[in-house]
Amino acid sequence: MSYILSLKNLILSRDGKKILRGVNLEVGDREIHSIIGANGAGKSTLAYTLMGLQGYEHEEGSIIFNGEDVAALSITERARKGITLAWQEPARFEGLKVRDYLAIGARGNGGITEEEIKEALRKVDLKPEKYLNREVGEALSGGERKRIELASIITMKPKLAILDEPDSGIDVVSLKEIVSLIQTLKENGSSVLVITHREEIAAASDKASLMCEGAILRSGDPVEISEFFKNRCIPCDSRVSPPKVE
Amino acid sequence: MAQITLNALSKEVEDITAAYTAAGGNAAVLHNHDLASLVISGNKVLSANGTEGIVLEKKETEHGVDVKLTIKKGYKIPLPVHLCFGLVPKDGLQEINMNFVAEEDSAVELIAHCTFPNAEKVIHKMDAEMLIGKNASLKYTETHFHGPHGGIQVLPKAHITIEEGGSYYTNFSLISGRVGYLEFDYSVDAEKDSICEMVTKVYGKADDKIKILEKISLNGENARSVIKSRLAITDNAESMFRGVTEGHAPRARGHVDCMEVIQGNAKAEAVPIVRVDNPLAKVTHEAAIGCVDKKEVETLMARGLEEDDAIDIIVKGMLA
Repeated sequence: MSYILSLKNLILSRDGKKILRGVNLEVGDREIHSIIGANGAGKSTLAYTLMGLQGYEHEEGSIIFNGEDVAALSITERARKGITLAWQEPARFEGLKVRDYLAIGARGNGGITEEEIKEALRKVDLKPEKYLNREVGEALSGGERKRIELASIITMKPKLAILDEPDSGIDVVSLKEIVSLIQTLKENGSSVLVITHREEIAAASDKASLMCEGAILRSGDPVEISEFFKNRCIPCDSRVSPPKVE
Repeated sequence: MAQITLNALSKEVEDITAAYTAAGGNAAVLHNHDLASLVISGNKVLSANGTEGIVLEKKETEHGVDVKLTIKKGYKIPLPVHLCFGLVPKDGLQEINMNFVAEEDSAVELIAHCTFPNAEKVIHKMDAEMLIGKNASLKYTETHFHGPHGGIQVLPKAHITIEEGGSYYTNFSLISGRVGYLEFDYSVDAEKDSICEMVTKVYGKADDKIKILEKISLNGENARSVIKSRLAITDNAESMFRGVTEGHAPRARGHVDCMEVIQGNAKAEAVPIVRVDNPLAKVTHEAAIGCVDKKEVETLMARGLEEDDAIDIIVKGMLA
């Protein structure tokens, strides 16, 4: 199987403490891969490290993306290679209209038509006529901003979309839509790395990995990993006795 | 109102029209006699056109023009009134004294473009007294275009009275070209059931200096107001914002909101002041000064933009 992303022994420390303790992970081409784990397991840190955000520079290990080590590349360079990130709490942009925001990611693909922008909004269940000219700012609810963030991933058409808890701030009814959206990203040619707590999203993945205390404990069938997380991890106080990495 | 047609001053007209266009204005509106308009270059009135319901009086002075603009009682002017003030030469003084009256139950929108494209040693002063009558409405948008030299002082000063049920909305924008020195000084007295919203947006560069002084006195019951200031400064520019709202009457509501983005060696100061002497009034404020939000920049970079382009989009959005 060919891998779009391969992490080897990724280590990141903060204030002398290892936040990522040697992460090893492989994400297949056009694979939906869920990262499951408790709060504080290092899931979001892993997402930020992969995107190359400031303050998340790893000190050891490699990030092989599409056959190339991208560890030394800037955020922009990684994005232009085809990696992007949807934040758990999307940024607010005062004065920036939704239509302009959705067009930004498509610049690298030769631009985008108005109809394609509208279609991306429809896919996240937002009416284009209502949202195209609104600001990506204060007046939108958390759920609306989340959907617009996901729409911006659709218009960008990345090779790897990292979605940091796309379900947070979204009601239970809408979970199906998120799952459907993730499938759409895959059908459009993207691999998707999803950070999530939700079994529903994990179950729709091709593969899942369980993260605990800054390391991947195990990877495999998403249903089994979800069950393991529910039955073994939630009751476990891993902070007292960190598990060994398999 | 007599109509002065564009005439022998054609070169000056041509220059000021070009500057007006550069400032974002549509020159065609200045020649459309269905629209009220006024064009002043230096101390010359190049054209003036009134329409039904508008009384426009003007008098050329040594260094500028005295203007009295009255919207007659009950008239809702359907199309905006276009104003163009400017000075094309690289030096000079322009003093505009404006007396504006919106009589009871009238409504009008004024769109002003102030253009100083070649300014190297120019002073533009505006002293305005504005009266928004009972249940009248004024929307006033003022956009400046200054060119690249920075040798300009812009000194707009206005006192506005909003009578019962009146509304006043103003949007002052100076984001194209160099600011030079700006001292913006507006004060408002808001009476019962009136509404006031003042927005200023300024982008300072190089050694520009920006001083924004705004004061709203909510004197009447249920008077409501917002002061909103958006400043971006870079290089060695300096800005000072002072926004005062006073709540003097029951159920008066006011808010002061200042956001400043600084880059380079720029220096910014923001002082929102709220004063309340009526227990049923409420005035709030917020002020933030800082660099461009890191998450916003990184989000746009994660969509493939270079950092400088991301910052440019964010700043322009804030000033839009």
